[in-house]
Amino acid sequence: MTNLFKLKKYFLRYKKKLLLGFIFIILSNIGTVYVPIFLKNAINSFENNVSITQLLNYALMIVGASLFAGIFRFLIRQTIIVVSRKIEYDLRNDFWSHIQKLPLRYFQNNSTGNIMAHATNDINAVRMFLGPAVMYSSDTLIRLIMVLAIMFSLNFSLTFYSLLPLPILSYVVYKIGKLIQAKFTLIQEKFSEITTKAQENFAGIKVIKSYVREADEIKTFEELNKDYLKKNMNMVRIQAWLFPILFLVTGLSIIIVIWLGGIKVIRGELNLGEITAFIVYLGILIWPMIAFGWVINIIQQAEASMRRLNSIFNEPYEIEDSESTDYNIKNLKGEIEFKNVSFRYAEHLPYVLKNISFKIPAGSTVAIMAHTGEGKTTLVNLIPRLYDCTEGELLIDGKNVKNIPLDVLRKKIGLVQQEAFLFSDTIENNIAYGSENIDEDRVIWASKIALFDDEVKDFKLGYKTILGERGITLSGGQKQRAALARALYINPKILILDDSFSAVDTNTEELILCNLKDVMKNRTSIIISHRVSTVKDSDFIVFVSGGKIVELGTHDELLELNGLYADLYTKQLLEKELEELN
Amino acid sequence: MSNNYHSDEEILGKAYDAKIMRRLLEYIKPYKKYVIFAILLNIIVAGLGPVRPYFTKIAVDNYIKNSDFNGLFFISALLFLSLILQAIIQYILTYYTQLLGQKTIFDLRMQVFKHIQKLALKFFDRTPIGRLVTRTTNDVSALNDLFSSGIVMAFSDVFIIVWIFVFMFFMDFSLSLVTLSVLPVLIYGTFLFRRKVRESYRDVRLHLARLNSYMQEHITGINIVQIFRKEKSEMKKFLNINSDYKNANVKSIFYYAIFYPGVELISSVAIGLIIWYGGGEIIQGSLTIGILFAFIQYTEMFFRPIRDLSEKYNIMQTAMASSERIFKLLDNKTFIQNPENPIPLKQVKGEIEFKNVWFAYNDEEYVLKNINFKINPGQTVAIVGHTGAGKTSLINILTRFYDIQKGSILIDNVDIRNIDKSELRKHISVVLQDVYLFSGTIASNISMNNSEINFDKIIEASKFVGLDKFIENMPEKYNEIVQERGSTLSVGQKQLISFARALAFDPQILILDEATSSVDTETEILIQRAIEKLLEARTAIVIAHRLSTIQNADKILVMHKGEIRESGTHQELLASKGIYYKLYQLQFKDQEINRAI
Repeated sequence: MTNLFKLKKYFLRYKKKLLLGFIFIILSNIGTVYVPIFLKNAINSFENNVSITQLLNYALMIVGASLFAGIFRFLIRQTIIVVSRKIEYDLRNDFWSHIQKLPLRYFQNNSTGNIMAHATNDINAVRMFLGPAVMYSSDTLIRLIMVLAIMFSLNFSLTFYSLLPLPILSYVVYKIGKLIQAKFTLIQEKFSEITTKAQENFAGIKVIKSYVREADEIKTFEELNKDYLKKNMNMVRIQAWLFPILFLVTGLSIIIVIWLGGIKVIRGELNLGEITAFIVYLGILIWPMIAFGWVINIIQQAEASMRRLNSIFNEPYEIEDSESTDYNIKNLKGEIEFKNVSFRYAEHLPYVLKNISFKIPAGSTVAIMAHTGEGKTTLVNLIPRLYDCTEGELLIDGKNVKNIPLDVLRKKIGLVQQEAFLFSDTIENNIAYGSENIDEDRVIWASKIALFDDEVKDFKLGYKTILGERGITLSGGQKQRAALARALYINPKILILDDSFSAVDTNTEELILCNLKDVMKNRTSIIISHRVSTVKDSDFIVFVSGGKIVELGTHDELLELNGLYADLYTKQLLEKELEELN
Repeated sequence: MSNNYHSDEEILGKAYDAKIMRRLLEYIKPYKKYVIFAILLNIIVAGLGPVRPYFTKIAVDNYIKNSDFNGLFFISALLFLSLILQAIIQYILTYYTQLLGQKTIFDLRMQVFKHIQKLALKFFDRTPIGRLVTRTTNDVSALNDLFSSGIVMAFSDVFIIVWIFVFMFFMDFSLSLVTLSVLPVLIYGTFLFRRKVRESYRDVRLHLARLNSYMQEHITGINIVQIFRKEKSEMKKFLNINSDYKNANVKSIFYYAIFYPGVELISSVAIGLIIWYGGGEIIQGSLTIGILFAFIQYTEMFFRPIRDLSEKYNIMQTAMASSERIFKLLDNKTFIQNPENPIPLKQVKGEIEFKNVWFAYNDEEYVLKNINFKINPGQTVAIVGHTGAGKTSLINILTRFYDIQKGSILIDNVDIRNIDKSELRKHISVVLQDVYLFSGTIASNISMNNSEINFDKIIEASKFVGLDKFIENMPEKYNEIVQERGSTLSVGQKQLISFARALAFDPQILILDEATSSVDTETEILIQRAIEKLLEARTAIVIAHRLSTIQNADKILVMHKGEIRESGTHQELLASKGIYYKLYQLQFKDQEINRAI
């Protein structure tokens, strides 16, 4: 239960409403337990020449008591269950606010599906505890006490014998519930095996078809499904007992009342009215007894889920402002310096960057080149502190990035990634991402520079066009240009283009670069690219290989050097010749 | 698992469709016996509940009133017997209806899977795999409720109501009418509640889908949120979506809060009526107290079957949406047609001829234009070309993954469209650039679970390509577990496994798409040797990325923009200084330098 204690602060937030809910539970149960008493009196009155008006009174009292109980039962749900939804809401907000601040490292180690499972399944399991479990357990307890008090006062021995089977009910529900849970886990595992098999088969369909393995694949799939069917029936074999046992036990109680109670009536120790009341009371007790066993299972599941949630809440933010943050820094000029920077993603992994040192003067344009997987992206990700250097330091305007407020740092750096991620929102909202007041002129200005404006105008809804599954799908090149416009919109002091023209054709790219030249006059730009045509006009080019800087200089200098850069240049010339060949 | 939270997959409310229902019922036909057996049991078991209040009436009127202890014991025993009987029959019934449901969805799932196996690659190009997985898994599962409880158990609810009526009217006609006067309100209320709950549930689902797709999207794009430092404004958006979801839930609580106390109120009105009207009859002496006693118990019994019936209606509607999607897939007939009278290939020599072949994936956009060439049995032909020249398409049409639009492809002078597809593919092994490994063991990935390929053959093939050195170093050797997509193996190891796979199948014709990815020198030497061995004594087409391959090839075909532009041997082509000369400098020359080092 220790994990669920963490929920205390949420409960306290709604203590008034919850208290009210408990009062409603008491009131509603008072109404409920009066119905059988009126019924008993009515039936007993048949023996003493009752009048029709008296009968009508009894009938109205029964309906009245039930109405009284019903009104408060309505209010119980409106308080306790509603509070449970509110706490769920608070909990999910806290969860999301926390998730958002976790470092990228966390998202690389945890799949989206995994995080989603916590956000949906675990929070839901906790919610079941907050609402139904709290409501039913307190309702059950109060009702049990009241009904037992009345039943025992009516007749002690009959109460004792008729209630004997009921604890079995709680126990059976608890036990069967647990068994079903265990069997269900097995079924889910099998189901995910089936899903994986289908996924694998469909993804590898080409191999399967070329080796003519279809018949065999069908056989394997059939085996899995047969097993799945067997596991399901294993659960059914247990689950199917649940309801028969439920009415067997409750029926048994009623039979005891009729048999033992009947004997007492014959002996004159009891009236028929009491028997009727007993039967109705048993009916009232059955559901709480069932709920009791059910509630225990809910609590156990909620405890496990809360433990998983707590471990997420305990994940550190890692990259955030600290005591050494200098809040006097309000702006950046744009001089960047790498000082003996080394980096690895985790202690057990090899270094991706080794002792990198170079300086980019404010306002200059520098290009970084390397072969695939050689750490270019890692290098630039260090600048806005998506990761922190493992060794060495990174300085902007001569100050360690760790001492610059994150708000200033990130808001002054425009990073355009190769995988241009856009949200399923309007084009305008994507370019002016996250702004409260959108400056429409600026949106158009930014997309004009990114050569995106003309295409947007061709859409029927223009900048109001929605992207993504519910709207239109942009091509890779369009996405990259939208992402560039998004970065320009924030008016960055440092613009980083991380291979962000890979899906744009060379001519368009050259036009965009030409547009950028003007805009970037007083800003620092870093361009990562595979294309020599993109980088050749930069102030200088850095060639990275094996995590180290191997060549550094202007286009002409590097050609002179006749190294890796020069080799790439010759090849790209050849490729161009081939393209143009008909 | 697919994480598709988007609403195009969620047809929430679908009207009842008789055509779909008829088609669904077809799946129960093989299990007619189960259905009849279950319905018969239903009739019996439905009566066992309502008979008990009648027994208590007898207990009160005949035995308690007459002080008959033995009679009271007898009727109590009878009550107990009916209870036991009901429990046992109920168990059997639940078991068999569930079995019926499981068997039908088993059949349906197999049918869907088999159907997908038959579909042509063209279909897979257009359809996301996640969608196909959902059809085979979740959509089929959604029909379980319909097949198990939906159809058969609806009878049970009707029978219970009928039995209650029978007993009530048998005991007292006018009191029955008075008591049942609350029934229309109960039925109307229940169905109204169901409809309201359904609507609000749809609302809840809609907001939940929005919430989930927001989270899904923003977890995927979390780096954008952080780079632009928009955590605060995103939190505001999240609060709105989360609050909509909360409000939708709170609204649905309202209906439950009204309904359950409402039902209790209705049943207490019924009890009130019984006391008032039945009491009057007792005073007049026209009703026994035992009947009144029984009637009070019946008031508790109506509710469940009525509620269940309204739920069955929901199950039916939910099933409609899933089955419509499933049937749409089953009705898709994108197949590569097998010839009606296939010409059997007896002894394949391995001669391949392309005659004026034209091919396009879409209508008129030809990716292969007028391709003509001939490969003699046992020859190795290397195909070279720049990206997008049409090399891969050439492989795709030879194994009939796609059919060509014009011209013909002949193997030993037989048009491949006249050969049985599986026979054709048995004679041609394809080694793809992107090696696809299945979860299983190394051995099962080489044999592809083909029982004709025994363990010795697996070892032989592995030794032949030099894979055995790697395997010997693994703890479980050939039974080493291969994870999904072979994530624990190196690129070179995967290559060698796919070579061993092709070799184990010992085809007359081999198609090899050489991988471009770089491996260490040692592995490279292993791979080169393996390729040389693979190409021995069989007809081979290689999309070449290795210098050694093009140098050893009998003939090189140079493709450019969908056409064969040059052909000849390495030396001849180099001498002519055409496209090949440029390609050579771009793709192969470095390897010469590396070799020299």
